[in-house]
Amino acid sequence: MAILVLAAIFFLGPLISAIRFSLEQTNGKDGLGNYTQLLHNAALGGSLVTSLEIAALTTAIMLALMLPTVVWVRLRLPRLALLVESISVLPIVIPPIVMAAGLATLQSHASAGLSNLIFSSPLTALTPVYVILAMPFAYRSLDVGVRAIDLRTLVDAARSLGAGWTTVLGRVILPNVRTAVLTAASLTVALVLAEVVIAETLLYTTYPVELVDTGQAQLGVAVALSVLSLAITWMLLLAISFIGNRGASRARIGRLL
Amino acid sequence: MSAVAVHLDGLTRRFGELIALDELDLDVAPGELVALLGPSGCGKTTALRLLAGFDYPDGGRVKVGGVDITDVPASKRDMGMVFQAYSLFPNMDARTNVEFGLRMRKQPSPERRARAEQVLGLVGLSAHAGHYPHQLSGGQQQRVALARALAIEPSVLLLDEPLSALDARVRAQLRGEIRSVQQRLGITTLFVTHDQAEALSIADRVGVMHEGKLEQIGTPEEVYERPATPFVAEFVGTMNRVAGRLAADGRLEVLGASLKASGPQSRAAGELVEVLVRPEALEAVADPNGHATVAERTFLGSFTRMRVTLDDGSELLIDAASRRGLPEPGVRVSVRATGEDALVSGSAHGLTPAAP
Amino acid sequence: MGSVAVLEQSLPEDPAARRRRGIPRGAWVGIVPFTLYVLVFLGGPLYEVIYGAFTTTGGSLTWHNFSQTFSQPEYRSAFEESLKISVVTSLLGGFFGVWLACAVVTAGPRSPLRRIVGSGAGVLAYFAGVPLAFAFIATLGRYGEATTLLGHVGIDLGASGFDISSLTGVELAYVYFQVPLMVLLITPALEGLRPEWREAATGLGASTFGYIRHVAAPVLAPAILGGLLLLFGNAFAAYATSYALVGIYVNLVPGWIQQLISGNVLVDENGIGLALGVEMIVVIAVVMVAYGLLQRRATRWLR
Repeated sequence: MAILVLAAIFFLGPLISAIRFSLEQTNGKDGLGNYTQLLHNAALGGSLVTSLEIAALTTAIMLALMLPTVVWVRLRLPRLALLVESISVLPIVIPPIVMAAGLATLQSHASAGLSNLIFSSPLTALTPVYVILAMPFAYRSLDVGVRAIDLRTLVDAARSLGAGWTTVLGRVILPNVRTAVLTAASLTVALVLAEVVIAETLLYTTYPVELVDTGQAQLGVAVALSVLSLAITWMLLLAISFIGNRGASRARIGRLL
Repeated sequence: MSAVAVHLDGLTRRFGELIALDELDLDVAPGELVALLGPSGCGKTTALRLLAGFDYPDGGRVKVGGVDITDVPASKRDMGMVFQAYSLFPNMDARTNVEFGLRMRKQPSPERRARAEQVLGLVGLSAHAGHYPHQLSGGQQQRVALARALAIEPSVLLLDEPLSALDARVRAQLRGEIRSVQQRLGITTLFVTHDQAEALSIADRVGVMHEGKLEQIGTPEEVYERPATPFVAEFVGTMNRVAGRLAADGRLEVLGASLKASGPQSRAAGELVEVLVRPEALEAVADPNGHATVAERTFLGSFTRMRVTLDDGSELLIDAASRRGLPEPGVRVSVRATGEDALVSGSAHGLTPAAP
Repeated sequence: MGSVAVLEQSLPEDPAARRRRGIPRGAWVGIVPFTLYVLVFLGGPLYEVIYGAFTTTGGSLTWHNFSQTFSQPEYRSAFEESLKISVVTSLLGGFFGVWLACAVVTAGPRSPLRRIVGSGAGVLAYFAGVPLAFAFIATLGRYGEATTLLGHVGIDLGASGFDISSLTGVELAYVYFQVPLMVLLITPALEGLRPEWREAATGLGASTFGYIRHVAAPVLAPAILGGLLLLFGNAFAAYATSYALVGIYVNLVPGWIQQLISGNVLVDENGIGLALGVEMIVVIAVVMVAYGLLQRRATRWLR
């Protein structure tokens, strides 16, 4: 159990330090001044809105692209499951900085038309590549969810009762893989709110980029926001672990029946 | 190897509030196979684990061959254990698995190998010595597990539901093989199971356990034909509950027959009691004036089971040797007890004496 | 922070998949959108990197960019530092991660400790990045809490030569996400160790050490080795934390790539940055292939 104490010191130490640090205000008194900066600092607020927009769009595209693919592969192309999964984890092999280098080169070579279409706004420039970055996480979460249910039987049953494909996907499959969809979406949002390398290299001011910049002048504010980010992400994952557990046990019971 | 006796003396084990084992006494004679039978949570596995040394009793002693081993750690107890499933080491092939115990006993390699080949031969798996567990079927895995347990020439063989993860056909076959190997080696064996057919078919004696206690121990025939308690009667085989009336001479009037009463005898003559009767100890004969109707008839191979509804609404199960001319569903029948004795289980609450 | 570690649990292959032969006619249409998307948005940037690394600005084929990365001392030094930090932090992370995971697994699958460590490890392993850097600055930076605390007891961290905005600081911060990553990677394998194995070994006369040596260690070995490989790749690809801690002038390969392609050095050295990028991809691809091979071994036993 020595390791638990050691781990507690090593892992909680910086977190507690960060919390204490974030509560120290410039006026010398302790308080939440650093936290309320998010509301007063227009640059930070603006960048957060940008990042949330990107997160929402990324999640939407990711789900629209991946869920039908996962279902289709499990249903009609089981022989290609391994291949498609391998493709989905390809982004892992390419470090974010290399991805950024490729995009930066593309950006500098791009024609005026392409530039206007894509690179003029962080929303259009970053979203497509963030979907790629989210793919390995998302594909796996969705695949795990889809495999936990007896997809073929569900679809056959729904089809034999007269349901069309849209009904099957929307009213039969989706409710049964809710947990997996939620997990995939949460991981995607967390990823977008944490990604700094590509945005910084392509010179877009997203929330994490602005966070690093803020750290140069107002360290207290940056630390406060870091504490906030970690806390929110952690609560998100904790919630998933509870929901996920319930879902998993239901899936297991379902299999026994 | 010479067989040894096992003696469990007042073994008690508690898990918090739950008393898993309540002063269990059990004697196993040298070379005998005793099956501990009971529903899950009855304490049978706890008893086995205490004997193996994986768990420590809160009270009582464990003796093997007259020696008290209660405080001996599991690794020094010299017992061969076969688990329910998946107990083979996945990183070793069958032969290496079997050799493991001998390796721990620092036996030289050639002897180890020879012994492993020998026991694998005993369980009919010589050809699979080089296979890894994931390459073996469930039945083969359990054979290797048995060989591994036997390789160390254990004083006692412990089998913890070794067949319950297998499908029916393999189960029956392996059951027979375990029994024949056990008899050939004359090894004292404790076999834990929740399957009454398994216990009855394999054991010299069957001990039926219920809530941490041994309800009855006896030969399979004794346990089946003369269950000591209502729990044993209902757990082993199928039972009907019918009403009967005690007669003066210790006999029992049930369904128009006079049977010898067994079970609690502290009742007055003339009292209405609940009686347990096996389906095969009842007979249904087509009779337009009978007081029952066949509700369902199920062909089960050598015998046929009928569900019969009495006119008072109660139901009975009746087994008859399969033959032509058994009453069809819907036919009126009269029901008669054909056995010689019957077990009284208690007062007949809500039961009315069935007319013959 | 790389997403290398997502390979966390490998999905066993669907046995039904092998039995069904052939691909239903027209069924491939269903994966066209997905494939096209990957081709354009992953293939596009990747093509730019590879094309740019192998060509001059004029468009003719060249090996110059690569030979520069091998001959110039600054790039070699960055590569060495990157490899070193990856090896050191993956070994440290691996060691403490396995140790911690053992302690957590023994607490039982539904214990609160398990949930808290599990989800906490998820945050730190995958999404810590920039916030992690700031937490370290708040702790061990010039005005950090620990620095101040140590100052009170007479230890001057600054004078001792320690600087959180240095490679040592980066190393420390990397360990902070490597340990939880190893916990996530190794937990399924630890859970795969069946209690029956231990009891069977004990019953056959093995001591605890004998069980670990002959059964637990060999069974876990592929998973631990695989985990170490992923940790290595993860540290090698990571950049966000070191960027927030040190900035782009950190002597690691990603730092140099960013300097080179942002034109912060000299004009026309874009190609060298891209060549470094290709080299990074090659290193990680090799690691991933080795991981894949090990994983097949690991899951073969733990089915």
